[in-house]
Amino acid sequence: MNFNATFIGQIIVFAIFVVLCAKYVWPPIMAAMQERQKKIAEGLDAASRADKALEVAQHDAAGKIREAKEQAAALIEQANRRAAVIVDEAKAEAEAEAKRIVTAAQSDVDKERNLAREELRAKVAELTVAGAEKILQAEVDQSKHSELLDKLAAQL
Amino acid sequence: MASSGNEEHGYANASEYIQHHLTNLTYGKLPVGAETCDGHTVTEAHWGFAQCGAEAKAMGFNAINVDSMAWSIGLGLVFLLVFWRVAKSVTAGVPTGMQNFVETIVEFVDNNVRDVFHGRNPWIAPIALTVFCWVLLSNLMDILPVDLVPWLLEQAGVKFQKIVPSTDPNVTLGTAVFVFILMLYYSFKVKGFGFIKELSFTPFNTPWLIWFNLPLELVGLIAKPFSLGLRLFGNLYAAEIIFILIALMFGGGIIFGVLGGVMQLAWAAFHILVIPLQAFIFMVLTIVYLSQAHEDH
Repeated sequence: MNFNATFIGQIIVFAIFVVLCAKYVWPPIMAAMQERQKKIAEGLDAASRADKALEVAQHDAAGKIREAKEQAAALIEQANRRAAVIVDEAKAEAEAEAKRIVTAAQSDVDKERNLAREELRAKVAELTVAGAEKILQAEVDQSKHSELLDKLAAQL
Repeated sequence: MASSGNEEHGYANASEYIQHHLTNLTYGKLPVGAETCDGHTVTEAHWGFAQCGAEAKAMGFNAINVDSMAWSIGLGLVFLLVFWRVAKSVTAGVPTGMQNFVETIVEFVDNNVRDVFHGRNPWIAPIALTVFCWVLLSNLMDILPVDLVPWLLEQAGVKFQKIVPSTDPNVTLGTAVFVFILMLYYSFKVKGFGFIKELSFTPFNTPWLIWFNLPLELVGLIAKPFSLGLRLFGNLYAAEIIFILIALMFGGGIIFGVLGGVMQLAWAAFHILVIPLQAFIFMVLTIVYLSQAHEDH
């Protein structure tokens, strides 16, 4: 409890502590803390920038997707239209073909019928002549009665 | 907070026990004519350890409290070594363990300095850190059982031992005066002659009242280190005395012993609040005083 040289001693000792602290302790710790602070600030800054970039990218992506969908829809519609056209064309062609075939068949049939009719007529004429010959018991002169026979054949 | 009983250690009475615990281990020059503890009169001045309080008193200023000095230096070294070890391996990456702890304190001190001190002086923050940690460690010694270290050292032949440097007014005033010296240094460095002018022209800004202003301001100036040092001393000394008084109860039988134990715990718990508070006050006032020294009005 006495006032003595301890007082002076403490002043000196404390001054040394302060100098040591200010020279070797404070600066490195403070420097590290400030560096970390800077790093964290930079990190946060980068994160917010990345966030913004992400937002932009998402916006872009959404736009692109919308565009692609529109394109796809347009393509499908076009394809559908084209398909309809092709089907219609095919149908028309098929109908035309069918008509042509039917017409051809018809004409064939007509031709055949005509032929058959001619043949039949000729046969009938022959038969008629033969019949008449029989009936008349005489020969019918073909050349003499050809006019008559022809008339007859035409009537048949 | 255990305390070894006092009676069996050869104290005649409670007063002697208290006296013993409040006496520093003093090394000094015993002057001619002083009376030694065993009743002789010193015929030849000599250096040595004081054997009792009276001898320490007779030594006057030519003495040093070896225990206060040793603990003060020791605690200062503990602070510096712990912080220096961290400072050596400090990284700006993720801090771990001790670095975390040290950085918390450094940041706390730095924030306080930033709040109060607006100048640019790289010395203020290290001064505040040293003041805070050193006072905190000194005060923390008060939590150790009052009898433990003195008793252990007594077994080794050391007669007196006060392990709390901040209960020694020499130490607290020494620290406060160190701050005062810095105050004067920075006042003159920043303001030069303006510092004298500031003392002469406040509170009344007229040359006719310098005779009134100057003594008033000088008293105010001198009061700063005194209040700074004595506040810390008073708080810690009072707490120490209460610890010693409670420790006295251990000699009074089992009931007083148990009661004493409870009281020790209670007082220690309360004192845990006082310890950092006083360290904080000392640090903040140091910053405030140094800040005032830098402010030009």
